[in-house]
Amino acid sequence: MSMTVGLYRPGDTVLHRLPVGAKLLGLAVISVAIVALRGPLLAVGFLVLAVVLALVGRLDLAATARALRAVLVIAVLVALLQWWLFTFDRALESLLDLISLALVALTLTVTTPTTETLDAVVRWIRPLRRVGIDPERVALTIAMAIQALPGTLTLAQETRDAARARGLGRSPRAYLTPFVIRVVARAHETGDSLKARGLGD
Amino acid sequence: MPEIRFEAAEVRVESPDLGESRTILHPASLTLTEQRIGIIGSNGSGKSTLARMINGLVLPSAGSVTVDGLDVARRGAAVRRLVGFTFTDPAAQLVMPTCVEDVELSLRRTVKDRVRRKQVALDTLARFGLAERAEVSVHALSGGQRQLLALAGVLAAEPEVLVTDEPTTLLDLRNTRMVGDLLFSLPQQLVLVTHDLDLVRRCDRVLVVEDGRVCYDGDADAAVKHYVRTVSVG
Repeated sequence: MSMTVGLYRPGDTVLHRLPVGAKLLGLAVISVAIVALRGPLLAVGFLVLAVVLALVGRLDLAATARALRAVLVIAVLVALLQWWLFTFDRALESLLDLISLALVALTLTVTTPTTETLDAVVRWIRPLRRVGIDPERVALTIAMAIQALPGTLTLAQETRDAARARGLGRSPRAYLTPFVIRVVARAHETGDSLKARGLGD
Repeated sequence: MPEIRFEAAEVRVESPDLGESRTILHPASLTLTEQRIGIIGSNGSGKSTLARMINGLVLPSAGSVTVDGLDVARRGAAVRRLVGFTFTDPAAQLVMPTCVEDVELSLRRTVKDRVRRKQVALDTLARFGLAERAEVSVHALSGGQRQLLALAGVLAAEPEVLVTDEPTTLLDLRNTRMVGDLLFSLPQQLVLVTHDLDLVRRCDRVLVVEDGRVCYDGDADAAVKHYVRTVSVG
């Protein structure tokens, strides 16, 4: 699962050919609309729009389902909480909105190379250099954030396998403690490797 | 070849709990100008610390380290443009989602044009036998391919020196040979930290590090004999 979450897939669809600026603007507009416009019917409409965009971008069905699985778990928990606290309509709206947001964002990352996004970010924030902000460093931070998810999922999988191999598959402590330690250690190693590559100097 | 010079370079770490400092590397004075330099020694002997000082990942507590006249403590960024570094576990240094994007990241500083940058990255991957893996996730690579990609990412920036810390430790025999052959075919000055005594025998000069001291410095065969003797006696 971890290997392909949100990974760019080369293609020749309309979405692949669109400039990255238009795609990011579109993502921002749709995201704001999903959050701002209320009601279950509109939520269904946004989900249909998200599915159409995913179809236009020719997202792989199995990879998309795998990538959305984690979001779906959180969305269902949030919806149950909303149902308990408020109404069924509100719960349904939350569930559909979260799925739509995740699917639209996934469509953007699958149809846009990370380097293209970084180039655009560097271009846009170049004027901020005057106030001491290094565009390349900001771009690197974004790249790290994008990469952090699959990297952390790989560590989680390895740690869970290690716990299972020692017969501790059902112990949260045997899994969570080494997982957190490994994530922190990996962050240190990555920091060293970035420095070694002269990135961020 | 660039001159790597250690002048009484020493590394100490403060231990706040004990209220004292511990010496990781005792003062070392060396001038390295050979093309292939090996560093061997037991686990925890200080060989990685010695190697990390060459591109400023570890700074000397006393003394100095210079590369081509540039002090690593004062001119760190300039030194790192001269000196590339790869780690034992390449997974820690692959920071982009796909292979080609990771190599492109190394080129951002030197190749500003996006189209040309991608082409240079693809050409680099082809040189390392990874052309067909260009758009593949870095997490989907085998251990050998990851190490090759880590090397490709560092060498794409065309450093004059490559320091590589145990590059074959996690690899099987086939990949060890492949990575070893690649390292010894590079035009760059190579500083190789390794436990692989066959590999280090191909170096022009080998340093043996034990207990934080460079205890032997000479030709490869003699250095390996010295190391094996030290380990046997110990």
